[in-house]
Amino acid sequence: MNFIQSALEALESLSSNKLRSGLTVLGIVIGVGAVIAMLAIGRGAQDAITGSIGSIGTNLLFVFEGGSDEVRSPKPLTLGDAEAIGDPFQAPSVVGVAPILQGGVEVTFQREGTFTQGSGVTPAYETVRNVTLSEGEFIREEHMLGRSAVAVLGPDTAETLFGRTQGIVGETIRIEGQPFRVIGVTEAKGGSGFTNEDDRVLIPLTTAETRLLRRGRGEVDMVIAQAFSADAVGQAQQEITGILQSRHRTPIGEDDFTVFTQQNFIATAQSITGVLTIFLGGIAAISLLVGGIGIMNIMLVSVTERTREIGLRKALGARRRDILIQFLAESSLLSLMGGLIGIALGWGLSTVVGFIARASNADLNPAVSLDAVLLATLFSAAVGLFFGLYPAKRASDLEPVEALRYE
Amino acid sequence: MMTDDWVIAADDLTKVYRMGELEVPALRGVSVRVRRGEVISIMGPSGSGKSTLMNILGCLDRPTTGTYALDEERVSDLRDDQLAAIRNRKVGFVFQSFNLLGRQTALANVELPMRYAGVTGERRTRAQAALESVGLGDRLTHRPNELSGGQQQRVAIARALVNNPSIILADEPTGNLDSKSGEEIMRILLALNATRGTTLIFVTHDQAIAGRTQRVIRLLDGLVDPGNGRTPGGAA
Repeated sequence: MNFIQSALEALESLSSNKLRSGLTVLGIVIGVGAVIAMLAIGRGAQDAITGSIGSIGTNLLFVFEGGSDEVRSPKPLTLGDAEAIGDPFQAPSVVGVAPILQGGVEVTFQREGTFTQGSGVTPAYETVRNVTLSEGEFIREEHMLGRSAVAVLGPDTAETLFGRTQGIVGETIRIEGQPFRVIGVTEAKGGSGFTNEDDRVLIPLTTAETRLLRRGRGEVDMVIAQAFSADAVGQAQQEITGILQSRHRTPIGEDDFTVFTQQNFIATAQSITGVLTIFLGGIAAISLLVGGIGIMNIMLVSVTERTREIGLRKALGARRRDILIQFLAESSLLSLMGGLIGIALGWGLSTVVGFIARASNADLNPAVSLDAVLLATLFSAAVGLFFGLYPAKRASDLEPVEALRYE
Repeated sequence: MMTDDWVIAADDLTKVYRMGELEVPALRGVSVRVRRGEVISIMGPSGSGKSTLMNILGCLDRPTTGTYALDEERVSDLRDDQLAAIRNRKVGFVFQSFNLLGRQTALANVELPMRYAGVTGERRTRAQAALESVGLGDRLTHRPNELSGGQQQRVAIARALVNNPSIILADEPTGNLDSKSGEEIMRILLALNATRGTTLIFVTHDQAIAGRTQRVIRLLDGLVDPGNGRTPGGAA
């Protein structure tokens, strides 16, 4: 009995009970479809998050105050630290530095008000963070020097306060009750990722320091540095670490600051979405398992129904192996068909989810990957073999005499 | 006919079935010898061990003790798969209820033993020849439900003889048929013996069938009934 013949015979046998075979296949279809769709959606989420991290700038390093838990009373980051990092002699790999003060602020315009993130920034922020303006201009050096009460709004904030994102330059808003003149509005970057870049208000660092977000003299919350190329990020990280270690005079191994690279963020986000994907895929795999049990169930019924046929085949000279192959061929064919249709279903589901995401303006584009398809195919074939093995074994173990007598 | 050309040489067969604690002897020392080309029948009331003997002679089952040589090959202690191969090559079965595969054509049914024998090339032609020899040359692609009972049993006979077996075991072959079809089946089987010299073993209740065989083996309570062990058999 060759392979093609077994497959044809299995197909014939399965097609003699189409409804039953169809329902059994459905279990596998749903399982495989769910696995593929979940993996695709997970992949899409990963791409979206990676993309949004990428969109905040390129080759960035983020310096925060505080190191590991054991380090007590860390020294705060200061403008002096930022200047040192920006010094081309001390840190040749760094091309731009943007110290930042951050805090939640209440912003009002006439009767409209909102609570959003206020950031005190320097003019360098514009290039380092790749900010583009839809109208007006960004904070300039003279605003810094004059501690001017000027603000650049994110488009979502502008929309909340004014009901529009155009023609806002020149209006006066109040931040924490103090009047600020709007000098620019940033372009929408798409509201996703871990912070919403479109809902914020940017003001000169000096203004923030003296009037809004009071800290110790010269202290900043975060320093963003930009390396001159992607390859220089590691080098820049070492330079910044060296500068801060000497400036803060930290003991070896007890840095009181943390330098994150964009790659670190991406890696962290990917490991989170990776866990999420595995979780979703795992839940979907349970339905595949249930489908496999469905196959086993139906094959057991089939073996019982066809006891006489098995007895006859054995009487005519079928060996155990022949019977085993016959029933394994049927269960494998069931799961293989389920797998193929399931791949189509999973692909369809992913596409539908992509459509819905786009319709609701979410930045999620599910991607069916080849490895997910291969995984699902292999897994479903394995399910068919595994769950088909027991019924097939039972069929092949039947005693011919008793099987022939079976009513 | 050589006197020692035994196609079946079974000596002192016993078979004990275990039912829990209970041991039920079905055969208690049966010796059967059948010459090549002979036509015999095995008779006996139910419970006499008739079916058990047929299963052992057909290599479907093994005796508990005793030896059995089929076609000069000792088969009483072969393993399952070896027995399957012996059945495939040396035994043709004709059952009371035909036992055809309902979804398969007559041709496919007849091809089945050759498939398990590993015959590939000449399967179709041999199956066709076998069906023609039982007068079904015009029903090759019919399925069992499109055939009459007699025709179905003829397909079963074609299936039994397609691998040129040493013996054909017929278990009540006419039991499910009307008398006309039954007569036809008997005629075909006996003609096989006449033309090909195929050894035929009938297992039956039917005195009329037994009367047309050369020899009758009567079983009673797991033993060969010595009084009626041989009847002067006149072949039909």
